[in-house]
Amino acid sequence: MASAFEYAPAPESRSVVDITPSYGLFIDGEFTDAADGKVFKTVSPSSEEVLSEVARAGAEDVDRAVKAARRAFEKWSALPGSERAKYLFRIARIIQERSRELAVLETLDNGKPIKETRDADLPLVAAHFFYYAGWADKLDHAGYGPNPRPLGVAGQVIPWNFPLLMLAWKIAPALATGNTVVLKPAETTPLSALFFADICRQAGLPKGVVNILTGYGDAGQALVEHGDVNKVAFTGSTAVGKAIARSVAGTDKKVTLELGGKGANIVFDDAPIDQAVEGIVTGIFFNQGQVCCAGSRLLVQESVQDELLDALKRRLSTLRLGDPLDKNTDIGAINSSEQLARITALVETGEAEGAERWSAPCELPSAGYWFAPTLFTNVTQAHTIARDEIFGPVLSVLSFRTPDEAVAKANNSQYGLSAGIWTEKGSRILAVANKLRAGVVWANTFNKFDPTSPFGGYKESGFGREGGRHGLEAYLDVR
Amino acid sequence: MSDNRLSVFKTYKLYVGGKFPRSESGRVYEVTDSKGKWLANAPQSSRKDARDAVTAARKAFGGWSGATAYNRGQILYRIAEMLEGRREQFVREVAEAEGLSKSKAAAVVDAAVDRWVWYAGWTDKVAQVVGGANPVAGPFFNLSTPEPTGVVTVLAPQESSFLGLVSVVAPVIAAGNTAVVVASAESPLPALSLGEVLATSDLPGGVVNILSGKTAEIAAPLAAHQDVNGIDLTGADAELAKELEIAAADNLKRVARPQAVDGEGDWTADPGTHRLTAFLETKTVWHPTGALGASGSSY
Amino acid sequence: MPTTLPAFADATASDSALRRFLHGLPGVDAVGLEARAAALGTRSIKTTAKAYAIDLAISMIDLTTLEGADTPGKVRALAAKAVNPDPTDRTTPRTAAVCVYPDMAATAAAALAGSGVKVASVATAFPAGRAALDVKLADVRDAVAAGADEIDMVIDRGAFLAGRYLKVYEEILAVKAECGSARLKVIFETGELSTYDNIRRASWLGMLAGADFIKTSTGKVATNATPANTLLMLEAVRDFRAQTGVQIGVKPAGGIRTSKDAIKFLVLVNETAGEDWLDNHWFRFGASSLLNDLLMQRQKLSTGRYSGPDYVTVD
Repeated sequence: MASAFEYAPAPESRSVVDITPSYGLFIDGEFTDAADGKVFKTVSPSSEEVLSEVARAGAEDVDRAVKAARRAFEKWSALPGSERAKYLFRIARIIQERSRELAVLETLDNGKPIKETRDADLPLVAAHFFYYAGWADKLDHAGYGPNPRPLGVAGQVIPWNFPLLMLAWKIAPALATGNTVVLKPAETTPLSALFFADICRQAGLPKGVVNILTGYGDAGQALVEHGDVNKVAFTGSTAVGKAIARSVAGTDKKVTLELGGKGANIVFDDAPIDQAVEGIVTGIFFNQGQVCCAGSRLLVQESVQDELLDALKRRLSTLRLGDPLDKNTDIGAINSSEQLARITALVETGEAEGAERWSAPCELPSAGYWFAPTLFTNVTQAHTIARDEIFGPVLSVLSFRTPDEAVAKANNSQYGLSAGIWTEKGSRILAVANKLRAGVVWANTFNKFDPTSPFGGYKESGFGREGGRHGLEAYLDVR
Repeated sequence: MSDNRLSVFKTYKLYVGGKFPRSESGRVYEVTDSKGKWLANAPQSSRKDARDAVTAARKAFGGWSGATAYNRGQILYRIAEMLEGRREQFVREVAEAEGLSKSKAAAVVDAAVDRWVWYAGWTDKVAQVVGGANPVAGPFFNLSTPEPTGVVTVLAPQESSFLGLVSVVAPVIAAGNTAVVVASAESPLPALSLGEVLATSDLPGGVVNILSGKTAEIAAPLAAHQDVNGIDLTGADAELAKELEIAAADNLKRVARPQAVDGEGDWTADPGTHRLTAFLETKTVWHPTGALGASGSSY
Repeated sequence: MPTTLPAFADATASDSALRRFLHGLPGVDAVGLEARAAALGTRSIKTTAKAYAIDLAISMIDLTTLEGADTPGKVRALAAKAVNPDPTDRTTPRTAAVCVYPDMAATAAAALAGSGVKVASVATAFPAGRAALDVKLADVRDAVAAGADEIDMVIDRGAFLAGRYLKVYEEILAVKAECGSARLKVIFETGELSTYDNIRRASWLGMLAGADFIKTSTGKVATNATPANTLLMLEAVRDFRAQTGVQIGVKPAGGIRTSKDAIKFLVLVNETAGEDWLDNHWFRFGASSLLNDLLMQRQKLSTGRYSGPDYVTVD
């Protein structure tokens, strides 16, 4: 945005976080090298600077970690819920105390704007631990019968888009219900999980209750396939989710999968238009669109399409892309070169298939992985970009004429994670929400999260719910 | 009535889309009682019958899932009423199928009738029990509601051909799903007769579709079918269950695994709610509150 | 009398047409609007940007005294402050205007003559607006005759809330006709209109009637300018210009006391209406104590030390 009112750089200080040159795996309360000594580098996607070198877990390390978690399980699960609760409350408090440090760390390792880590990720992380801490001694009242029992060792694999928040979604309910965990963060964002390991130490959490294995997909696979894991929780791609569903077939492992999406954001002609524009922006450009529940398909009623698109383009032109540590940055870096390549390829497919591309006029930094906010018009259900999850700052715009058509198009997807509805007519909201086959429906808002609110998908977006009372079920031996 | 009157045999047929077709394959197989005596020929369903059943179930899903919970409850209760009226027939069929004495078979049928009554009462309560408002930290109304998963394949138990069958089918449709049911392979007759009860109970055609034949042969295409949303593997042995669970992963069907043998063989036990919730999805809807006025906080 | 804007002639042809038009405007979701305003409030404005914003904010102030106790001496002191806000630093910009009651307009005009600082006068039975139309028009005529460059009128909130939009509209037209070359600011008293939908409707009604500025409030009720209601009005002027080519100014008034607040409003202007509004011809702050806070911040930026109230003038 060229303006007389040019905001001066306002970078958050990096000095609040101390990243050491190397990190080990966190097994049985200790940081340790990988058995085979392998390591990998984690880079800052906004600069390609190497942040640290991290141990790369292999099958042997997975086995060590699962054994540690198994040993810890007996005592941990036998603790009175009120004692487990206090550990979780401690963790929540320490996260709050260290939230600025963790926000800066997450921004460095992930590339997302500090504005988001500071105002969204970290508050939600602490809130999630607070919420489930309170459940630990109230499980008898959760609707799963008297004295519901934990499952045992939970193997958890999380993605890179909300590293610490996904960790919280996995670990908080697991510990509250008396399970022990082995968690593998994504290979591009290992650091915040390792800092969390340190928080566990500060909180005095018994060793082996939480184990963190940094590594690649092979470690994740070894973890979910490990014979002594009782529970598998995965957030990530639908393809990997399906592979996990196959690998646990015929076992007693309980599984929850939170996978991809192609959320429809439906704007009716009587929408509160300015808020709808904001909701569309939040829906697809929050975290650079690297959000499974992103509103990546805009379904707009034809009668207001031109007006809405003009407003949307004008708004997108004000987005500030750049240094993620700058407090005024709206759009940060894409998480990795691989992800950038995937986004770029899908956008090229969109153009090749005849959709009309528009990208916000913004300068991209020379180093790091960047993609300008982009939208496609003239998109139909037949276009690849209307069907495949792009997982980037790319919005596909489709039109509809009637509520029925909007619902039919919204549901015409193998996914069913999220959807949005924008209209001032209450009865239409309720009717459309009722017909949408999606696990989370945001009406006149988008991308809102809360620890009390169950989250999860229909269809190929996965199964099971995280958050709220519902989120307990995944970690309890109940049917 | 003379003792030497020649009785009229019943031709057992499938129940698909509210109609009673023969198997598309034209094949039948012999069904015998527990002592090996011939009872009837049952249709041996093919993959095409399975496909037709899915089509019928999908077609019925919108109406059934969209019906009021009260209406679904009324219909499930009607099924109990119709079954009660045909009690003698089912006592005989169950006795023959499972080698039970008449009194034991009667107890089974009575329990099955009562099971329909149990689930009839659940239709309009499950949302209150498993759904509800979530107190989010912000100016939003947030409500979670259970919704049916969709089309569910149900492999009915092999041993308990009637009470077991009812125990797995009733919760699936009580929750608003539509079902493609694979009857006990050896003892399919009570299931096929149940189709006749369902057809006269105001249950819309296609909500329950009943197939007989070889379980593995019918189940394989159903487990792989991309328009089936869930599968209950109760009637599969361990090996088949694993195979089907792998196939089901292709479109991430919700899978209810065969329960551990201990306790689950007893279909007279309190059914609880787990079969009801196995094929429910939780939908959470957010909406802003706080539009009372622009003069500062709305609270 | 229909509006002079051909595109909207139908909208103002009758009471019912005007109601249909105003009720046909897009609704406003309160939570979303407030969230957007709050999000823009988190912009971090530092160093050079802050210096720019502080000077801009000073230049946008309608330095205001609207008290029963106002005297010529008070008004002259205020005028002196408007012309020379910081006696220790002559590079400090002048405020945009001094805003007074009509009976003080002549005093203000005399004190400000030749300074470039405008005389703004409230009128139309400010702040309640409860008087007959001819009394209100006489009020306006008096102010203009006394040398007011700008007239800040209040709308008839009672008529607006009763749905008599055409009455409100025609009253603005009548006032506008009395203004001559004076620019007209139309005050909605957003705190009394209460809902954001009403504020959007009032904004369009005011713009159609020929307002040069739309203004939030009198400063005399519990809720005055807020980031959210100002954001909403900035959206209105942005959309109005897009549809008619006519640019209208915005003036939040009342309750803006600190530099931090003022800068948040400037961010709203910058990112909603755009830089064309970053000028005191198009954006004003109705304020009094705000000026001294801006001056203290300005001193802090130039000296590196925090200033104190003894280092700025009381009026």
